Amino acid sequence: MNAVAKVDGQALPAVLLSIRNVAKHFGTTVVLRDISLSVAEGEFLTILGESGSGKTTLLRIIAGFENTSAGEVWMGEERLDRQPPYRRRVNTVFQSYALFPHLTLEQNVAYGLRVAKRPETEIASRVSEALEKVKMSAFAKSKPSKISGGQQQRIALARALVNRPRLLLLDEPLSALDANLRRQMQVELKSLQREVGISFIFVTHDQEEAMVMSDRIALLRSGELEQVATPREIYGRPATAYAAQFIGHTNLLKADVQGGAVRSGPLVWRSALPDGPALFSLRPENIRLVREDTAVVGDVRIRGKVCHQAFHGATQLIRVDCDAGLVLAVSTSSGGGAQEVADLEFSSTDAVLVRESPERV
Amino acid sequence: MVGKEVELFVNDTRGESNPRWLLVHAVGVFAFLYLPIVVLIVYSFNDNGVGGFPPHHLTLMWYRTLFADGPIWDSVLNSLQVAFAAMVIALAFGIPAALALERAQFPGKALFRRLVLLPLILPGIITGLSLLMLFNVMGTKLSLLTIILGHGTALVSVATTEVFAGLQKLDRAQEEASLDLGANYWQTFWRITVPNLKLPIIGAALLIFTLSMDEIAVSFFLIGRDNTLPLEIWGRLRRGITPEINAVSTIIFLFSLVAIVLWYRLRMRGPGAADAGTEIVEAAEGHAV
Amino acid sequence: MFSRTYKAAVTLPPLLWVTVFLLAPYLLMFCYSFWSVSPTQTIVHSWNLDNYQQLLRVDVYWQTLLRSMWIAARVTFFSLLLGYPLGYFLSFHAGNKKDLLYQLVIIPLWVSYLVRAYAWKTILGSDGVLNTLLQYVHLAKHPLEFLLYSPFAVVLTLTHIYTPFAFLPIYAALEHIPRNLMEASHDLGATPAQTFWKVILPLSIPGVVAGATFAFVLSLGDFLAPLLLGGPSGIMISNIVVSLFGAAYNWPLGAAISLCMLLLVVSLLFLSEWLEKKWSFS
Repeated sequence: MNAVAKVDGQALPAVLLSIRNVAKHFGTTVVLRDISLSVAEGEFLTILGESGSGKTTLLRIIAGFENTSAGEVWMGEERLDRQPPYRRRVNTVFQSYALFPHLTLEQNVAYGLRVAKRPETEIASRVSEALEKVKMSAFAKSKPSKISGGQQQRIALARALVNRPRLLLLDEPLSALDANLRRQMQVELKSLQREVGISFIFVTHDQEEAMVMSDRIALLRSGELEQVATPREIYGRPATAYAAQFIGHTNLLKADVQGGAVRSGPLVWRSALPDGPALFSLRPENIRLVREDTAVVGDVRIRGKVCHQAFHGATQLIRVDCDAGLVLAVSTSSGGGAQEVADLEFSSTDAVLVRESPERV
Repeated sequence: MVGKEVELFVNDTRGESNPRWLLVHAVGVFAFLYLPIVVLIVYSFNDNGVGGFPPHHLTLMWYRTLFADGPIWDSVLNSLQVAFAAMVIALAFGIPAALALERAQFPGKALFRRLVLLPLILPGIITGLSLLMLFNVMGTKLSLLTIILGHGTALVSVATTEVFAGLQKLDRAQEEASLDLGANYWQTFWRITVPNLKLPIIGAALLIFTLSMDEIAVSFFLIGRDNTLPLEIWGRLRRGITPEINAVSTIIFLFSLVAIVLWYRLRMRGPGAADAGTEIVEAAEGHAV
Repeated sequence: MFSRTYKAAVTLPPLLWVTVFLLAPYLLMFCYSFWSVSPTQTIVHSWNLDNYQQLLRVDVYWQTLLRSMWIAARVTFFSLLLGYPLGYFLSFHAGNKKDLLYQLVIIPLWVSYLVRAYAWKTILGSDGVLNTLLQYVHLAKHPLEFLLYSPFAVVLTLTHIYTPFAFLPIYAALEHIPRNLMEASHDLGATPAQTFWKVILPLSIPGVVAGATFAFVLSLGDFLAPLLLGGPSGIMISNIVVSLFGAAYNWPLGAAISLCMLLLVVSLLFLSEWLEKKWSFS
């Protein structure tokens, strides 16, 4: 599956990184299968996947800590996967930050520049600039053990960025932070990326995080790419059942198409699809409760009994038993009390046809 | 004051009362471990020789005799040379051995691991005799050099174990970060790995030095013309007990005490466990490394 | 991830040292055990099984080996008897004194063997501290002869030396037991004694096996304590080997016995490793 970089229908500028048919196995365990992916200049790409999906391995291959079992990685005109990590114009922010405990924060940030034997004046100015950017200038002379997790993360970022890499890799950098700090850092990271203008490859298992931050999301499952698209596209037009379920909530409707009509349990609507079995994804927020004061928009209606209500703050998720084994999850505003019976309506165009992608061993 | 301490022991933090016998047993074991040494020290000041209760006049006579004793000081000098050289050898081979065990995969690694750690649990006589046969076949004369080689061989395992324990506490990601930032393998080794191993290495050096100074079993078979301190003492023991030996033993004990406490403190300062020393016993058992 | 030259540079020197100073000597010992000594006190390199036949036929070797194992077994027993409750006390009841007490236990472990063995020699003799003390307080009329130059003295001294060795792995094992297991046990209604027998002891068995192996193997091969304190009745197998390499000049026979000891030790190590794995629950 070759994914060309596009954002909202417009092709982004030049391809920076090209991953071509990369596979990786450890002994008999296959971790990555035939991965092909391009990353554009200036793009914020997220590799999203559960644990065991291979996302960290893919990142480590790009960074140079693992070799490929097959396939190639190119950066511009250069073959990347043949180079040792210290020659690549790629830097990494590690999940554990990996700050050097025996060096001050300043020395940590200066490390890459020192090793490259840059002149001291240049090092001094670039380091102070980097510390400014992550708002850690006051702590320059401290040691890593004296600062908090969130602060360590910023230093790890500064240490990587000060080297002006062409590509920055971030391995679940926010997973150790608590929820509020995490949200704050998501915003900061995104704006930092825009400011610095280089490509970021961000690895996470948190789909909300992926949607908030990314220009594009590459959904990885059991070593294969399920879908590569912008957040809106993945959410609105998931390609597979897995993609539909992994990102956000959804209702998966098993249906049968016969003579221009889609039948799924008690639901029926017209469709131009060919005859045969089909699977549809229908998001809970696309199902509406029929109310006296609002107009009905959709062409499909069904009635059922409310069997569960979950309060989510601004919205609530209710489960409606519509008979014939169909239970729909509906997202609606929290106003109004508990109901027993619900009249539901939705547009058949909101039911997205998805592919079944079987679980690979 | 003492009552309060006993109170604390008797009722531990959870308010569960200790069985009285457990405390008594513990005190008994400590007494068993230390009383002989205390007796040794006390009688080094006794003017009436060793044995005979109660000790009579306290005197520094034996210490004066000790300080005038030439052969003893010669042997001390020999021991110091041997200990220093053995320390260098043990570290020079033990540090790479720890790195190899922690990082590299190669054929025969399991055998290598077992061989390196074997001297920790093997009775000294086997290590000593096997080396004696080696030197015999090679035609090497027995001397301080053979003792140095013997100590080095026996103590490489201590260096390996201590450094290995330190390596395991080292975050692998730090070395990857260094490579990521542009340093190659050698630069990473010197800038990141070694500084983080500073404490374990110093601790190992201290321990090895102390063990070499006290070593007698392996040295027994590899001795040439020059004696080490333990062997010098041993020789005199065959001729009879004198309180002078008590005096030198007391001094040895005090030095070892200081060295071990220092080593322990060093180990504790690292990202360490409060069970410094168990890694050696566990390594001897074939696991933890 | 690490380059080949780095790995080679790191692996080769110790590999070389191990081959020359550990592997080769053991192989030499193996070879020596099949040779013999001529009447003119030279080593004859003719390969035969004479030494091993001697070991099997001549009584003194067997008896000494068995006596040594019996001594080692007693040392192990007493070391565990002393070491386990001590480890338990330190781990569960020492509170903030734990660190200090731990240091107090390991100090004797690293302090000179010779100093400690010598200390016992001065205490146990007929004119020694213990005997004169007993007579001074009129608990005994004559010096107790069995105290020194007997298997008793050897067992006592070796127990003194190896108790800390037995203590260490037991303590480590006890420390590794998660405290919430004990809380769970109490929560479910077990008394402290029951918790000990049902939870703590089983989980500490690998440590006990490790400590026992250490004490047994090292006391089995000991020759210094018997020389100092054992007397004629306290001779152990290593003393025979020492004399074969000394006055009795029969290196091949000595090598044969040493090789047997080496194989015995290695077998015990494998056995103890297997037992620990079998009885471990983590």
